[in-house]
Amino acid sequence: MSTPLGTSVSADAGRRQGDAWETVIGLEIHAQLATRSKIFSGAATAYGAPPNTQACLVDLGYPGVLPVLNAEAVRMAVRFGLAIGAQIARQSVFARKNYFYPDLPKGYQISQYELPIVAGGTLEIVLEDGSRKRIGVTRAHLEEDAGKSLHEGLAGLTGIDLNRAGTPLLEIVSEPQMRSAREAVAYMKKVHTLVRYLEICDGNMQEGSFRCDANVSVRPAGSEKLGTRTEIKNVNSFRYVEKAIQYEVARQIELIESGGKVIQETRLFDPDRGETRSMRSKEEANDYRYFPDPDLLPLELEAAYIEAVRAELPELPDAKAARFSAQYGLSDYDAGVLTASRELADYYEAVTRTVPGQSKLAANWVMGELAAVLHKDGLEIGAGKLPAERLAGLLARIADGTISGKIAKEVFEVMWASGASADEVIASKGLQQITDTGAIERAIEEVMAHHPAQLAEFRAGKDKLFGFFVGQVMKATQGKANPAQLNALLKKKLPG
Amino acid sequence: MTMDRRTVTQMAADLRARKVSSVELVRACLPRIEASQSSLNAFVTVTAEQALAQAQAADRELAAGRGGPLAGVPIGHKDLFCTAGVRTTCGSRMLENFVAPYDATVVARLQAAGAVMLGKLNMDEFAMGSSNETSYFGPVRNPWNTDLVPGGSSGGCAAAVAARLLPAATATDTGGSIRQPAAFCGVTGIKPTYGRVSRYGMIAFASSLDQGGVIAQTAEDCARVLRSMAGFDPRDSTSVDNPVPDYLAGLDAPLAGVRIGLLKEFFDTGLEADYERRVREALAVFERLGARLCELSLPNIPRSVPAYYVVAPAECSSNLARYDGVRFGHRCRNPRDLTDLYKRSRSEGFGAEVKRRIMTGTYVLSAGYYDAYYLKAQRVRRLITADFERAFAEVDLLMGPTTPTPAFALGAKSADPITMYLNDIYTISANLAGLPAMSVPCGFAGGLPVGLQIIGPHFAEQRLLHAAHRFQLETDWHTRVPERCA
Repeated sequence: MSTPLGTSVSADAGRRQGDAWETVIGLEIHAQLATRSKIFSGAATAYGAPPNTQACLVDLGYPGVLPVLNAEAVRMAVRFGLAIGAQIARQSVFARKNYFYPDLPKGYQISQYELPIVAGGTLEIVLEDGSRKRIGVTRAHLEEDAGKSLHEGLAGLTGIDLNRAGTPLLEIVSEPQMRSAREAVAYMKKVHTLVRYLEICDGNMQEGSFRCDANVSVRPAGSEKLGTRTEIKNVNSFRYVEKAIQYEVARQIELIESGGKVIQETRLFDPDRGETRSMRSKEEANDYRYFPDPDLLPLELEAAYIEAVRAELPELPDAKAARFSAQYGLSDYDAGVLTASRELADYYEAVTRTVPGQSKLAANWVMGELAAVLHKDGLEIGAGKLPAERLAGLLARIADGTISGKIAKEVFEVMWASGASADEVIASKGLQQITDTGAIERAIEEVMAHHPAQLAEFRAGKDKLFGFFVGQVMKATQGKANPAQLNALLKKKLPG
Repeated sequence: MTMDRRTVTQMAADLRARKVSSVELVRACLPRIEASQSSLNAFVTVTAEQALAQAQAADRELAAGRGGPLAGVPIGHKDLFCTAGVRTTCGSRMLENFVAPYDATVVARLQAAGAVMLGKLNMDEFAMGSSNETSYFGPVRNPWNTDLVPGGSSGGCAAAVAARLLPAATATDTGGSIRQPAAFCGVTGIKPTYGRVSRYGMIAFASSLDQGGVIAQTAEDCARVLRSMAGFDPRDSTSVDNPVPDYLAGLDAPLAGVRIGLLKEFFDTGLEADYERRVREALAVFERLGARLCELSLPNIPRSVPAYYVVAPAECSSNLARYDGVRFGHRCRNPRDLTDLYKRSRSEGFGAEVKRRIMTGTYVLSAGYYDAYYLKAQRVRRLITADFERAFAEVDLLMGPTTPTPAFALGAKSADPITMYLNDIYTISANLAGLPAMSVPCGFAGGLPVGLQIIGPHFAEQRLLHAAHRFQLETDWHTRVPERCA
């Protein structure tokens, strides 16, 4: 039931290992906030610039410089918090996380530690059986990203690119409430959908704008006590998250069942080999020596500010899906698929507005034909290849009987390839449906004359041959005969 | 090479009246600075050419009847204020060749006011020290007796003003680094309220305590220079967005009725007897001027030094992490690997006192020690602040000695950090509470200058300057200069 746009949940990796073990997963998602400038400086955040061209003195950690908080990053974090029904802290505190690394210019990362800006929200995911599950979001906090260490093409050297240093991140930390890799992916997709709805993150996973760390442990089924967890760092695709967790769960169960013990450590997922590898153990872990950053005052938010941000929230995915079900008579599943992104939902609504009363037809076409070609060509709905009005034009011709659904697929293919409108394609290819009763009757009579044996059999009681005659007439009219009319006329004529 | 005893106020007036040109002032200063270096070592960098160019520009402005309030007045900057194109060393080998690509806000504002920069003044390494002995560029010596320290960390600033090499200098104060050297050198210094002066471009030691200020001959000069450098800076989130009053206004108003509190804790057994006599004589002057004196006790004050030596090193350990040899500053030769690069660059670049504080700070922030040290120190800090708030409900100003003793000999305390740290026992509490504080010359003990400390409530700079100015109208301690410099 999975479609290119679907987010359904199926087989449970944890349970596949046998019912003896329960998997416990918590995710830390890093969403890069779509601000134009960095979180503590005025440098641009655009991706892909030549190395070190978008790092100002503040990003470089020059002696004497000071951070100034980007108000837009704060607004985005508050939007997220409100969207998940969380508490927005009236006072939150930036802290320094101290460690040495060449791509960390100041020797510390400014983050939030004890008092994050967002705490205690929830998100709902839909499981494979259609049931819903609430996942708690423990906290979401603002922090700056580090730079990048580059190794490719630099034999024996490490290059440092600080363009990314200081890019605002919202770290979204879930409760350990997911019980399978599929649940984790469903949750991650849900957050992905939400941040894009809120226009706070572009969600581009290839560019690292949306990535996650997965905390994974297993415990005997029924046990209350959490097992020792490992943390899989920096996974940047839904598929890798699923694979990494499945691998890790299997590894932990195997380890315990063979008498070993899971050790708390940080692991990396190697997508080429499909396995996780140890990066550093707890003993080797840094003591980050967090303390409140004395360069930044506590962030104070007034109730009026929070309410103003709330008033600007767009319709959120769950609310939109519920409205789609009610307003357009769609199934929960279809409504869920169509609201997976704001662009898709807007597109669907634009189509239905143009061909009123055809909401189900529109849903089928958007989720079916359109989704398939988008997927095939690797395009996004927002790319504008087929404007909603164009697709609506095609659906209007189906609705008014000008063409059949079957012909419509042919027309659609031409429209997709050429950019022409439905009417242009129908006219130029002469695909207009035959609705002239006389013409259809003449075609039927010809077919009856050419197939006397089949006609005799039908009249002798072989009803199944009705379909044969439909097919023959369609063939004779190049599929253009109006199917409903054809049916009615055949029923009248065949019995003799 | 005669000494120019003029104050900033007098120079500014003479410049505006065209009695003297800025170029003449600069030309007179430069050879005296040059000649003083071997004995005082007050400067790390002298910017002669740039100063003359600035002076010429200032003279043109003045000739045209324009120019800012400090047009043409020569000053110096403590060598931790970043100056575009002129190296900023912080008194450290780590930044021996560091040239900032930008001006600190303080530097830019004073330049906009017309001040002419003569050079960068020597200081304890990264402002960590009370004697100026930790500078990589050698100790500064006290103009009153070159066997003695000038105090620290703004030792170069205080020595230069005391020797009348220049009329005023910017400085910074994290635990007493303006007031203690001002007291040791017999000059006037003000550390404003935390947040009053922008820290942007002021290389950080301990961010929550560092505050820029002025060392000059008189309170009036401090007011004049501070007026041009103070104020909100959008690039410093901890700078305070409220208007800067005209610190020069009302300086001559009578002092009658001002309530002055004497902190019992500042007149304890550590205070040298002669020093105490000078301070009490100064307090008697205020009484004659109509002020009312009373004794107060702030029970948490004795906890200042231990609290400070947790908070300041903690912040310093983090602030100085950026000196890793990767992007700027000292880099060791031929590092074997990353760890070697870090270890050797930092080992070679930092001196002993800086290392001691980085290690102390790293320790107090470590897992398992954070609560016992850092959090506890922050609690003490709040208690001290509350103590002061209670005091300022009863009095307008607090007064006492700036230091327990006058200047001490070079090397006398450098072997024992605790003795050295105790020299800041009276100054540190104002930093912990973020209060404005001054040191004003109030006589001599054993031939060495003695400092009167004045502390006020937040943003009461005007009140401090007023009291100090009235005191200086009644006394001439601030006009005394070391004989050997004259």
